[in-house]
Amino acid sequence: MQPESAMTPGLEVTVLVSVGRHPLTGRARRADQDARGVELARSLANAQVRLLHAGMRDESSEAALRGYLGMGFTELSLLEQPEGADVLPALAEALDAMSPHLVIAGERAERGEGSGLLPYLLAERLGWPLVSGLAAVESVEEGMATLLQALPRGQRRRLKVRLPVIVTVDDAAPAPRQSAYGPARRGAFETAAGPVSDDEQWAAWQVQPARQRPKRLKIVKAASARDRFKAAAAKAEGGSGQVLTDVTPTQGAEAILTLLREEDVLR
Amino acid sequence: MSDLPRRDPRQEWIARNRLHPRHAEVLLATGQGAASEWWGPGGLVRRNPHAVGFVGPNGVKRIDRSGTQQGAGGGGATTPAAERKPLVEIEAPAFMVAVVPDMAGGRLSGHDRDLLGLARQLADADPAARGAVVAVVFGPHKEANFGEAGIDRLLHLDSPEVAGYAPEARLGALIMAEESWVPRHWLLPDSKLDGGELGRRLAARLGERPATGVWQAEADAEVATGWHCTARGAAGSLDIRRPLPRLALALAECAEPVSETRHAAAELALPQPLPSTLSRIQDLGQVSVDPSGVALSEAEFILSAGNGVKDWPGFHHAAEVLGATEGASRVAVDDGFMARDRQVGATGTWVTARVYVAVGISGAIQHLQGIQTCDKVVAINMDPGCDMIKRADLAVIGDSTQILEALVTLVAQAREEKRDAA
Ligand SMILES: Cc1cc2nc3c(=O)[nH]c(=O)nc-3n(C[C@H](O)[C@H](O)[C@H](O)COP(=O)(O)OP(=O)(O)OC[C@H]3O[C@@H](n4cnc5c(N)ncnc54)[C@H](O)[C@@H]3O)c2cc1C
Repeated sequence: MQPESAMTPGLEVTVLVSVGRHPLTGRARRADQDARGVELARSLANAQVRLLHAGMRDESSEAALRGYLGMGFTELSLLEQPEGADVLPALAEALDAMSPHLVIAGERAERGEGSGLLPYLLAERLGWPLVSGLAAVESVEEGMATLLQALPRGQRRRLKVRLPVIVTVDDAAPAPRQSAYGPARRGAFETAAGPVSDDEQWAAWQVQPARQRPKRLKIVKAASARDRFKAAAAKAEGGSGQVLTDVTPTQGAEAILTLLREEDVLR
Repeated sequence: MSDLPRRDPRQEWIARNRLHPRHAEVLLATGQGAASEWWGPGGLVRRNPHAVGFVGPNGVKRIDRSGTQQGAGGGGATTPAAERKPLVEIEAPAFMVAVVPDMAGGRLSGHDRDLLGLARQLADADPAARGAVVAVVFGPHKEANFGEAGIDRLLHLDSPEVAGYAPEARLGALIMAEESWVPRHWLLPDSKLDGGELGRRLAARLGERPATGVWQAEADAEVATGWHCTARGAAGSLDIRRPLPRLALALAECAEPVSETRHAAAELALPQPLPSTLSRIQDLGQVSVDPSGVALSEAEFILSAGNGVKDWPGFHHAAEVLGATEGASRVAVDDGFMARDRQVGATGTWVTARVYVAVGISGAIQHLQGIQTCDKVVAINMDPGCDMIKRADLAVIGDSTQILEALVTLVAQAREEKRDAA
């Protein structure tokens, strides 16, 4: 049987991957959202997936990046950058040269500033649309992608967007597959040098491990002792609610339905 | 002649002497009602405790000493708390602080209010040159008290272009606001969608490097903007202390919400209509998800069953028709009617639903703890005295089976009519 890719031009997908940080041990690992992005790309039919990373190459980051290779890749493009550099120019140049149809990134990095700004800056620079918080790619047809965006509270929204597009992946996207040891060992890094720009602002900031945020105190602003006492002794607050006694079930149901409609939870 | 005020010392004396048999009569005649406080002849304030107070629920007389109630009639209508807050109007602001609240569910969320509190701090830092807080609100809303949240100017954009998921059109509107007023600060909530996304788009378009995950801001005269901030970085594992940039995305509880003043919330309009941009992202609307598949802790609408549910198939049917996620009290779970992962409360799940319907749940404290953060609580119960009724915004007293049945019928009817009309 003829492989399909020979007949239809394949969908070119580039996944931006980064070096993650284990939340407890702090060791380098594949970043969770990036790995989900790779998984998402793997699930696309008829796609040619490339992995792209810009950053420093050392022992620990190499081990982390091999984690992505172990998801079934033979190579990973690496744009070598010194530590603490701004990777945006290098990535933008590389993507411009590759001109893929779809770029997949995580929402925010697990190291460094982690502001989640990179996909937006790339989109602005390349002039491509950006869709954030993706749960799934439903289909890609005739230059249009149908995407499912994850909303809070487990809801989903369907969006249609013209390619090329940059998407970021939500935690609701399918969990990544395990990294296989053999392919991870065998995979190769295809290194290239990119433009380097230093991040001077970052160097000027004071960075320390996150400390616990102070718990917000319940401040009772009361004019009189009585109000303060009432606030301190209040059990279940409320009391302002409407109570319907002696109504028929239908009247009660109507009142409830009105509230549900006001709150817009009925679909 | 009759215009001359004439004093009647005897009447005055009787009015002062509350033990006099004609005391009440005289007071009524002189139009004082039952005076509770008057100046005595010796220049002392005299009080009549019999004329104040009200009869409490147990038939015992109670006196409210908070000062809100005076005299027998309760001192007339007391002004609501909102009216008593001083109104602050800023006529000629020295600068603008722009805030784009999320307005989840059409109302200012707690996160939005915290952000507005921060905006007020920034605006009011210098009492000689105060700034105005401008809120940009997209789409229809249900919020009535913008002023109390600390908003001086309100830019409400409700055209079809910015409705639904339209980040590009909204960004266009923000850019127009930027060009019209050049706010000194832009503040957006660093939430999952909406604020977090729009803020990053705005940053990329303006070429500003924003501070994200800001959770603290303090005045600091040494930096250019006058403020320092502390922000979370690297997936919440770092604290970054840096000067506060023009654009900041802040976390919840970044500042105390405004509580002591009211503001004008005067309507503001863009100088020109929004440009009609061709959106590259097309919103095909929300997808219906199976409510039973949604995790209880993040469900938006929960129908919860307790010991007062007698007809279980009817309850499950109602949840399906309403499209609600099912919850349960511990008793319902222990009795084997519901799965353990559906239990709401101290030993179950702490839910965050916007609407929580408690069917036949008495409202034990362990259960109420689990629904602390719910917005609207509806109770269906037989017992009008139970604690759930006190917590509920709407309580219907009656048999759960019948009310649920009626509710299902009504919803089905409404759907039927809609289908016929379409
Ligand atoms: C350590 C500890 C932890 C606990 N943790 C939890 C927890 O996490 N979550 C939890 O839910 N509970 C918890 N509990 C149990 C809790 O104290 C209560 O026992 C329980 O919540 C009561 O459940 P209920 O309201 O369904 O039942 P009940 O208290 O029996 O209330 C039933 C209600 O239904 C009403 N009713 C009866 N018949 C009808 C009808 N036909 N129509 C309408 N209404 C009707 C009654 O008026 C009554 O108000 C905990 C208890 C302990 C000791």
